[in-house]
Amino acid sequence: MQADKVIDAKGLACPMPIVKTKKAMDELGSGQILEVHATDKGAKNDLAAWAKSSGHELLEDREEDGALKFWIKKG
Amino acid sequence: MNTATAQGLQVMTAQDVAKMVMNNEELFILDVRNESDFNDWKIEGESIEIINIPYFDLLDGVDPALSKIPESKKVLVVCAKEGSSKFVGEQIVEAGRANVFYLQGGMKTWSEHLEPVKVGDLKAGGELYQFVRIGKGCLSYMIISNGEAAVIDTVRMTSVFDDFAKSHQAKIKHTMDTHLHADHISGGKQLADRVGATYWLPPKDAEEVTFLYNKLEEGQDITVGNTTVKIHPIYSPGHTIGSTSFIVDDRYLLTGDILFVESIGRPDLAGKAEDWVGDLRQTLYDRFAKLSMDLEVLPAHFGKVSELGEQGKVSARLGDLFKQNPGLQIHDEQEFRRTVTENLPPQPNAYQEIRQTNMGKMKPTEDEQQEMEIGPNRCAVHDK
Repeated sequence: MQADKVIDAKGLACPMPIVKTKKAMDELGSGQILEVHATDKGAKNDLAAWAKSSGHELLEDREEDGALKFWIKKG
Repeated sequence: MNTATAQGLQVMTAQDVAKMVMNNEELFILDVRNESDFNDWKIEGESIEIINIPYFDLLDGVDPALSKIPESKKVLVVCAKEGSSKFVGEQIVEAGRANVFYLQGGMKTWSEHLEPVKVGDLKAGGELYQFVRIGKGCLSYMIISNGEAAVIDTVRMTSVFDDFAKSHQAKIKHTMDTHLHADHISGGKQLADRVGATYWLPPKDAEEVTFLYNKLEEGQDITVGNTTVKIHPIYSPGHTIGSTSFIVDDRYLLTGDILFVESIGRPDLAGKAEDWVGDLRQTLYDRFAKLSMDLEVLPAHFGKVSELGEQGKVSARLGDLFKQNPGLQIHDEQEFRRTVTENLPPQPNAYQEIRQTNMGKMKPTEDEQQEMEIGPNRCAVHDK
């Protein structure tokens, strides 16, 4: 999937993956896609819940090369 | 509990919180995990007030939380591991609030904390202790007599038992599991191997285990402390086909996951609910009904904090359970069958993998084990 921006939050523990994601998302325009890489297992449920509560759409998530990858579309 | 950081945010350990729950001390908890994790499982207590605001809704400031936090109570911020609770807690302190704490190690540590509670003295000398794993609702037991100890339904934090036995000048000679557990990883085999004790497991639950064990069978008593204390196993199938209970010192009935204080065991976690309903009913309504009603029932789990009694002890007189426990009042066989096979609560987290691990077929890492055990035990039919 083609992302407009990629952020690396690997090795970071909560709350940092979401703090970084939110910051990056604030710089994107509506409809643009952010790709997030993380290793904290808690990030999976948290990113999904955060995206929902902030009006973004979690398009896809999968485990790849030892990292959790997420694609989120800005609402 | 008073180690203030530079910002004024203080630390509370799982032990501090466990003591507060057991002593009914007032505490206000702000749980900052996501809503689904919170709804699945949280810290509970008679005098605990708890609200949930996910930390990611507080990234722009904690104002939405401040109006909901009482100024008069101690405030504990809780998350999965502790990072987010410190992040939120520090901002609450900056907003001018005092008496703000974070839970050291978060819910992961809460899930692992064990609190020993003395059940009673044994007739010929020695004591029986219950270890309350308050975050997950697991109960382990240690019988100590005359320099020897036996541990029943050991959880995987085995050093706690090791240290406790040492501090009571006792050597652990036996570890036994009442059944093959599905909600938590047993530490029985690991502890036995480490301290040179014998590990016992009911053979009917052990058909697929990959390691050596001693067969726990009815009629074969186990003694602790030079035969001063007798542990009498009774075959009591239903939660699993091998489930075995123990009568200790002719006074205590350790029921494993067959009979709890406010519920009874579910027969479905090994996938054989329909087959085992009859066994469960016979154990409860026939075998247990013939035992002395004065036995003190000591189960392997509790489901609700209301089951915690004095000093946090979970126990009840068998005769009282026959009058009050909802699982012992279902006299119609069909109704019993429906109750224990239909509308059951969700299964414990990762229960299939936990069973495989307890058979020795899977060897998860420490981190994976923590992850597998997240959440409540859910071994009772009424744990909704």
